[in-house]
Amino acid sequence: MSTLKTLRTRPGVPSATDPAARSRRSSPRSGHRLLSVLLWLVAAYFVLPLLWLLIAATKDNSDLFSTFGFSFGHHFALWDNLHDVFSAGDGIFLRWSVNTVLYAGTSAAGATLLATLAGYAFAKYRFAGDRLLFSISLGAVMIPLTALALPTYLLFNSLALTNTPWAVILPSLVSPFGVYLMRVYAADAIPDSLLEAARVDGAGEFRTFVQVSLRLLAPGMVTVFLFALVASWNNYFLPLIMLNTSSLYPLTVGLAQQQAASAAGGGSQALFSTVITGSAVSVVPLVVAFVVLQRFWQSGLSSGSVKE
Amino acid sequence: MTSDTALTVPPARPRPPARSAGDRRRARAAYLFLAPFFVVFLAMLVIPLGYSGYLSLFRTRLIGGTSFVGAQNYLTALSDPEFLAGVGRMGLFLLVQVPVMLGGALFLALALDSGRARGAGVLRLLYFVPYAVPGVVATMMWGYLYGRDFGPLAQVFRAFGASAPDVLAPGTVLGSMMNIVTWEFVGYNMIIMYSALRTIPAELLEAASIDGAGLVRQAWSIKIPAIGPAIVLTVIFSIIGTFQLFNEPALLKGIAPTAISNGFTPNFYAYNLAFVNQDVNYAAAVAFLLGLVIAVISYLVQLRVNRGGTAN
Repeated sequence: MSTLKTLRTRPGVPSATDPAARSRRSSPRSGHRLLSVLLWLVAAYFVLPLLWLLIAATKDNSDLFSTFGFSFGHHFALWDNLHDVFSAGDGIFLRWSVNTVLYAGTSAAGATLLATLAGYAFAKYRFAGDRLLFSISLGAVMIPLTALALPTYLLFNSLALTNTPWAVILPSLVSPFGVYLMRVYAADAIPDSLLEAARVDGAGEFRTFVQVSLRLLAPGMVTVFLFALVASWNNYFLPLIMLNTSSLYPLTVGLAQQQAASAAGGGSQALFSTVITGSAVSVVPLVVAFVVLQRFWQSGLSSGSVKE
Repeated sequence: MTSDTALTVPPARPRPPARSAGDRRRARAAYLFLAPFFVVFLAMLVIPLGYSGYLSLFRTRLIGGTSFVGAQNYLTALSDPEFLAGVGRMGLFLLVQVPVMLGGALFLALALDSGRARGAGVLRLLYFVPYAVPGVVATMMWGYLYGRDFGPLAQVFRAFGASAPDVLAPGTVLGSMMNIVTWEFVGYNMIIMYSALRTIPAELLEAASIDGAGLVRQAWSIKIPAIGPAIVLTVIFSIIGTFQLFNEPALLKGIAPTAISNGFTPNFYAYNLAFVNQDVNYAAAVAFLLGLVIAVISYLVQLRVNRGGTAN
């Protein structure tokens, strides 16, 4: 406990002179337990809202209003709710889900490919203008969304690209952070000696990339893919302005529209349970992806986020 | 535009003195590797940005059409109370929410890295899960939690016969928004810092431990300086994210229409100008100014860091 307090309030105090710290080192258990309790309490802050969402998804509309948020309702309505979610509006929810997978999957795959090629070039080749080009691509992170989305909308409009999937996918192909991650990852993962050996063997630069480097870059690519996937899966602003046909919406725009309708319309109260269940369903795929792939993205990040 | 400390990597090896045919061939290959990214970069970033800058110099009127007005839109924005209030609101957000979020993330990262917590692997994942929740869904969910109809907060107060505080009122909604953003991004920042912590050589920490440095001392004198660049990265990303807030005001406006104005955040303001008011020229100027604010603040932060020497 004393450790925790020191850590939070007097971070500069050397704990070697702190008797409590000494005793903790000889018996690590005591600090251990209190720290664990605190950390699990913090976890509750992150988990409880989602737990509420999942429980709310099992309630019908009257239980939603009449029973406590963290207890189950009188009637277990999850299956009815799911049926409502997927059948409402001729199955529009499924359509939105497919759109989301399509837009996010294509964007993330494209962004990963471009970032891998560029990051590899920055890490393993020296050429005129390399540092300048790298700085320019990173500076792009600071451009606000609207400064880009607005003119992009106008340009796409004149090319008749608005209200098509391309309007959402094309702007999502640029991932400066992905280039940064891949540069750092490639610098570490691919030894220069390996490239030299391939060159001595007479392999061209592209053959070396495809046959030697790509495999070594795979964990970094999974990381970039996942983060690009989240960015475009969760994007609301871009599809909101680019698309105006409901059947083209991704989940974010569709759900937000349903929510607005349920909040505004007194007569359509039944929609509350539908929107809540739809939200709960939309959360599941990415959470599963992160849990299943955690080994990859954590190793990809640990070399990526850190190095100077 | 960006600084070299936090984000760039020094060349892995020095440039060779003479350029051979092999060097030229390699440079050509490098340009070809870069080409796809920079073609899309040009088309999706540089051209729209240039077009936006061009648009911001004009004004369109129903009568009289489009005319060149120079910096007039920028001057209007600089004295536009709605825009300035939005920037001020985000400044407050930056001073309050970002330190809480990043301080929390750093504490959690250090605690998990210390190896003293039970179930650290599970905890790490639980903290990170909100990042995978779409911002739209997170905002809707918190909107329900905050709500008076079936929000658990109101239910608890009602159970004790008290009336719940209105967290969606004009005076409180900014704080409620800070909570949503904190909930969404503590885990993300924690993971970036934690990943950096894992790369600190174990011998360094062992040596410190033998010298009698406790956990706190190790964290303060070795670990935090060692992950300086990662911390700067999270600060810069948070500054950028703060000034670009859009989902939260756009969705909370539906349930708190009086508390959230059209200019609640600068990004939301630019959106409303462009797509509701149809004033594309002024919206472009506002968006440009916003980009300038972000660049200047990010630059100042990095300048300070360079001077303090924390990053190196």
